Amino acid sequence: MKNEHTENNPLISVRGLEVYFAARSGFFSSLVSRKTSMVRAVDGLDFELGRGEILCLAGESGSGKTTTGKAILRLLEPTGGEVFFKGEDMNTFNRSRLRRFRQEAQIIFQDPFESLNPRQTVFSTVAEPLEVNHLTRDRSEKEERVAEALVDAGLNNPRELFMRYPHELSGGQRQRLAIAGALVLKPDFIVADEPVSMLDLSIRAGILKLMVDLRDDKGISYLFITHDLSLAWLISDRIAVMYLGKIVELGSADDVIKTPLHPYTKALVSVIPVPKRVSLIGKTLLEGETPDPVNIPSGCRFHPRCPEAQPRCSLEEPVYREVNLKHFGACHFI
Amino acid sequence: MNMRGYLLRKFIQALITVFIVIFMNFFLFRIMPGDPIRVLIRNPRISAGALERVRDQFGLNESRLVQFWIYLRDLFSGDLGTSFNYRQPVLDIVMERVPATVLLIGTATVLSIIIGVLLGVIFAWKRGTRIDIIGLSFSLILYSMPTFWVAIIMVMIFAVYWQIFPLGGMGMPGAFYSSYWVELASQLRYMFLPTITFALILIGEYVLIMRSSLLEVMREDYMLTARAKGVTNRNMLFRHAMPNAMLPVVTLIAINLGFIVGGAIQIETVFSWPGLGRLMYSALTNRDYPVLQGLFLFITIAVIGANFCADLLYRYLDPRVKS
Repeated sequence: MKNEHTENNPLISVRGLEVYFAARSGFFSSLVSRKTSMVRAVDGLDFELGRGEILCLAGESGSGKTTTGKAILRLLEPTGGEVFFKGEDMNTFNRSRLRRFRQEAQIIFQDPFESLNPRQTVFSTVAEPLEVNHLTRDRSEKEERVAEALVDAGLNNPRELFMRYPHELSGGQRQRLAIAGALVLKPDFIVADEPVSMLDLSIRAGILKLMVDLRDDKGISYLFITHDLSLAWLISDRIAVMYLGKIVELGSADDVIKTPLHPYTKALVSVIPVPKRVSLIGKTLLEGETPDPVNIPSGCRFHPRCPEAQPRCSLEEPVYREVNLKHFGACHFI
Repeated sequence: MNMRGYLLRKFIQALITVFIVIFMNFFLFRIMPGDPIRVLIRNPRISAGALERVRDQFGLNESRLVQFWIYLRDLFSGDLGTSFNYRQPVLDIVMERVPATVLLIGTATVLSIIIGVLLGVIFAWKRGTRIDIIGLSFSLILYSMPTFWVAIIMVMIFAVYWQIFPLGGMGMPGAFYSSYWVELASQLRYMFLPTITFALILIGEYVLIMRSSLLEVMREDYMLTARAKGVTNRNMLFRHAMPNAMLPVVTLIAINLGFIVGGAIQIETVFSWPGLGRLMYSALTNRDYPVLQGLFLFITIAVIGANFCADLLYRYLDPRVKS
């Protein structure tokens, strides 16, 4: 399956995607000055997502992973750059095309206790996408499709769940319900934003297997957002590592984990927990916090925390280039 | 839990609350300084013997516990006592004033809820824009102004300087009207100032609560999920955001009823509105214990009743409450 997705006909290709936010200033300072500072949450991204591929966006919190996912789905307006969906420039999407896109691309959030409306029953949660997109009016057909989506999401005897409310389900069931709500529209693409990080370890494997099975059976592509590199390695075909709104390294999952190029990736990989090896000797522990995206460091944005930083790094921004075959990185010394 | 068990439990809770309030009302007013008989007689040179006889007549010579027992016994037979001041049954006096207050409070509350919720939704939807900032500032100002002060200012502007509305009262005493419509127009003119003043006082709070509640809901992931599924802006607001955001507002409305009565005292006093608020004010200055007790009992039952209704409404609005 691997590596063949990224060839000529990608599902999504992202070119120079930028999302800037006006930093929120207080009420009184906004009266005094008109100057607003910008948070560069996503600062020029380039990548492609193949059909049936699982691409992981990995990085610390604040690196812009979630913003990237939302911008691709047009849940927030990008500041600049282009996203091509099935070859079409999404900047040219009008209202009706965007409505159609909403059926083709879906999102699953981290916390199933927040991503489901507490006042909607299981049935109405899953049926709503069908209704708002005017896909079916017939009651029994609607029930059929809702039941089908619930079964696809691994919830057996779905009709018994129809009238339940989210608070009556377990965490794993709720996440499966959220997945069913996405599946009912038969999407080609799902953004999964940390879909298992709020779940118990015992439930995680089941949800991850479900997602991989859906890829294999239905050819759904995923942009899988996670901060957990070991999870990224397990599930994805390729991994893109983000730092402060930019991709610092992108390659096949094995390449990125086994032969990381960028010092940041090396540091992250070195602290992946391995059973029975508890010593921290020989591991690169990053110092300090991710800088404020309002004030992105000059030159290479990683240099203040980089263990291999040279004087050049604070002056010159490294070029993002193909270092080895299909393995990209942005560092002067790779 | 099933509905009947829930109702029964809530009802028993309400009864206990009412009993505690009855107990507190009785002793609270008697701790107040001042002698009701002195206020009643208004004659500083009354003989000690005559004073004693009046005290006996009103049962004020018994010990407080015995007085309480008599009060309780009469209460259960539907007798709220006799007013010291009016020499009439308290129940009759209170009931006579109820329509005026219900008219004033009811109209002002309904008006302020509708306008407040509407404005709150608009400000939340237009968050950060000029209209939001201006509206928010006005709501805060309205919310912080003292009720009696707003009432006096309104009287000054509309009744004294411009003289477009009457100073107070509920109608011209002894007036005859040529038709029903003329009478209604006159009534509305008398009602206008106190109702608008009261509504203004209440609106600020509803705007603030509705706005912040809606903003909180709009940040929830299920709002983004809904957008991703193609739900339109309008349906996101009406089907997803509003029902969830209404929960705190319903609670506020119920809890507010007690404070609304407090506001009614000030409004009715300033506008000479012949309702329960003004009755309470005069009963307080006259140390008319039976009327005060009757009023407090009435208000307590109204507030507890409103909270009971809010609980029921909550069960309808929020499926999580059911289990």
